Amino acid sequence: MSSVGDIAAGRLPQEQYQRNFDDIEPPLERKHALVEASRCYFCHDAPCIEACPTGIDIPGFIRKIATDNVRGSAITILEENIMGGACARVCPTEVLCEQACVRTAQEGKPVNIGALQRYATDWLFARGIQPFARTAPTGKRVAVVGGGPAGLACAHRLAMLDHETTVFEARAKGGGLNEYGVAAYKVPHDFAQREVAFILSLGGIDLKCGRALGRDVTLAALRRDYDAVFIGTGLAGVNALKLEGESLKGVEDAVAYIERVRQAADKSRLAVGRRIVVIGGGNTAIDIAVQTKRLGAEDVTIVYRRGPENMGATQHEQDFAQTNGVRIKHWARPAALVGENGALKAVTFERTGAEAGRFTLEADMLFKAIGQVFVASPYGGDSHDLLRLKNGRIAVNGDRRTSLPDVWAGGDCIEGPDLTVNAVEDGKRAAHAIDRFLKQNS
Amino acid sequence: MADLACTFAGIRSPNPMWLASAPPTDKEYNVVRAFKAGWGGAVWKTLGEDPPIVNTASRYGTLEVNGQRMVGFNNIELITDRPLDVNLREIKQVKRDWPDRALIVSLMVPCTEESWKRVLAQVEETGCDGAELNFGCPHGMSERGMGSAVGQVPDYVEMVTRWCKQHTRMPVLVKLTPNITSILGPARAAKRGGADGVSLINTLNSIIAVDLDQMAPAPTVGGKGTHGGYCGPAVKPIALHMVAEIARDPECAGMPISGIGGIATWRDAAEFMALGAGSIQVCTAAMHYGFKIVDDMIDGLNNWMDEKGYEDLGALVGRAVPNVTDWQYLDLNYRTIARIDQELCIKCGLCHIVCEDTSHQAVAAQRTNGQRRYEIIDAECVGCNLCMHACPVTGCITMVEAPTGKPYLNWTEHPNNPMREGK
Repeated sequence: MSSVGDIAAGRLPQEQYQRNFDDIEPPLERKHALVEASRCYFCHDAPCIEACPTGIDIPGFIRKIATDNVRGSAITILEENIMGGACARVCPTEVLCEQACVRTAQEGKPVNIGALQRYATDWLFARGIQPFARTAPTGKRVAVVGGGPAGLACAHRLAMLDHETTVFEARAKGGGLNEYGVAAYKVPHDFAQREVAFILSLGGIDLKCGRALGRDVTLAALRRDYDAVFIGTGLAGVNALKLEGESLKGVEDAVAYIERVRQAADKSRLAVGRRIVVIGGGNTAIDIAVQTKRLGAEDVTIVYRRGPENMGATQHEQDFAQTNGVRIKHWARPAALVGENGALKAVTFERTGAEAGRFTLEADMLFKAIGQVFVASPYGGDSHDLLRLKNGRIAVNGDRRTSLPDVWAGGDCIEGPDLTVNAVEDGKRAAHAIDRFLKQNS
Repeated sequence: MADLACTFAGIRSPNPMWLASAPPTDKEYNVVRAFKAGWGGAVWKTLGEDPPIVNTASRYGTLEVNGQRMVGFNNIELITDRPLDVNLREIKQVKRDWPDRALIVSLMVPCTEESWKRVLAQVEETGCDGAELNFGCPHGMSERGMGSAVGQVPDYVEMVTRWCKQHTRMPVLVKLTPNITSILGPARAAKRGGADGVSLINTLNSIIAVDLDQMAPAPTVGGKGTHGGYCGPAVKPIALHMVAEIARDPECAGMPISGIGGIATWRDAAEFMALGAGSIQVCTAAMHYGFKIVDDMIDGLNNWMDEKGYEDLGALVGRAVPNVTDWQYLDLNYRTIARIDQELCIKCGLCHIVCEDTSHQAVAAQRTNGQRRYEIIDAECVGCNLCMHACPVTGCITMVEAPTGKPYLNWTEHPNNPMREGK
């Protein structure tokens, strides 16, 4: 019997941590890449391209892999998606390109587009090739707030269009959720930082870390000092359970803990509960559940208020969690947190499905993974600077332009899917719109 | 079970699956392994006069298509590089140990009657079932006036065949080179010379690939390359055509044909036999997968023949020959139109793009509520089959007969033909 508040580090042998947080899907070797590439039919009007938020010419890059033109393949990818390397690792391809792949319709087994994309982009990165070049600077300067996928994609595209950008990043490192938020085994080693370095190596992008909006810079000042502004600040707040006892020891934000896992050089020093309960149904819930399991937690249970088909996490992610020994309970929501001596002891749930009633799970830790929220306060200023919001996020048009004529926004701080690939597309689109705007005003 | 027993130019074998004269039949060791695996016969790798020739290192090159290995195969290996007496001793032993299998010996000696007479006597002494005259190899030996250098000159084919028939009691098969403009020249010459049968095709002249780092043809030998003999699945269509030409030629009528060229499966074998091959010979497929492939070749042919009601090889051999005709006799009033099974369609769009870019603009690409739909435009479709072949889904696009109501009309009778009969 374990005691209340059984939270400890070093639950596993040291070498086990290494294995548990290494690449979950090892890269394709050349011979496997060639076989996989040969499965692509080179479709006309290919459904996969349409399903990719960044519109990568997927049959085009796969054909280049098949002919050993790997450099050309990587460039085809990066021209549309400068974070093609990260997306190859974190995209839920099973609901994007690979779901649309005609081989899914034909035989239920799509071309492994994600793995092929990784093969091509890894090839380029391994050789330290910078395939893009800038020409004469336009003299226009753009401020980018947030050094995550949206901000960096916007800055990179603006740099390719020969504008100068300054990126203000609140944290110590760029990369956003690729660095701080994605499960460690999806983007292992220092990939996120290598990708940031690759993006910056084009030139024309000045990344200033430790500079937060509302604290170190203001939107009004940026609008005054720059020709245009792009906001890609993500979501700063986390939803609460709104239950008594949320301050008990052991009740944690999943996002904050995932960040600690990502930043911990030595995973054995992370304290983790023996029995874990995760509340939520999205990818964050899956990521925290699997990572705590891999840190040595004995029992990990995700509790979600609706059914499997309603979960934000894809079927693939749900299967992955279950393969990792995570239990998923559906149709229940937390009703009470039970504490003892200031520490979490158990969580009582209320059934939400056809059957009524309650049940209690003993838990040393509870992770809240019930969504993040946009925090508007840093954007404050006089009414002239007021950004219009929509459904709690920054309102934008198709070009990602906000209610302010010289301000664009993208990524999680606007409405839409919360994927890296969507953030990159937001940044790219905004950059082209900003470019048109700057040319009109020059 | 269908009877697969084969009698070819008087040579008997339990089945028509023979190994062609090539590396797999160079030694007793290999041939015995083949017979144990079930091959009905083997043509021993070509013997020459002593001293033996010398082979290079780096002998084979391949054509790989879309990850599929050895779709085409080429070699710059010459005939056997072992002493004649070693080969003869082994042949004798194998025939003694495997009397029910066909054992034929391939030969290539200089173009003098004395050379052929001498070697035939030595080979006959082994007790083997027949001789195959190698007039086919297009590399190396041809530079020395042998192989395809003979096969490309019908008069030489006839002359040497006649010598051989004079100097041996064994059945004589003539192996033909495809490196000619018409196969009928050497085939008819073989017939005139008294050949008991022909084997074809030998390999095609080829440079299989260029090594772009060494800047030399593959396979490279110390940085240089040369043309070799091409074979494997990719040459099968060429071989089928040549077999059919001989099978339907009145001058060659009745001459047994041993079919060779890219045969790897029972289905390949059945196609050659339908076009008139009384036996078939295999090399590349064995060199790709080993001898065990013969198991399915025999079993598959048997099952298929049972299904079709063909009781023995006689019921199959040559069955498609009457349907091989000249272009000018095809019915110009026959029409087909492509049909797309929308249930099977996976929306790859290849039917549209190949027709749109390269053919007749007869496949419409539509979008209904965002959903892709590809439709044949009947009025534009000429029934060329391209979309059906490009489509990756078997059975999704079919060619449906669209009766024109007009009678059979071929080119010889067509009004557009200025040379038409009776004009």
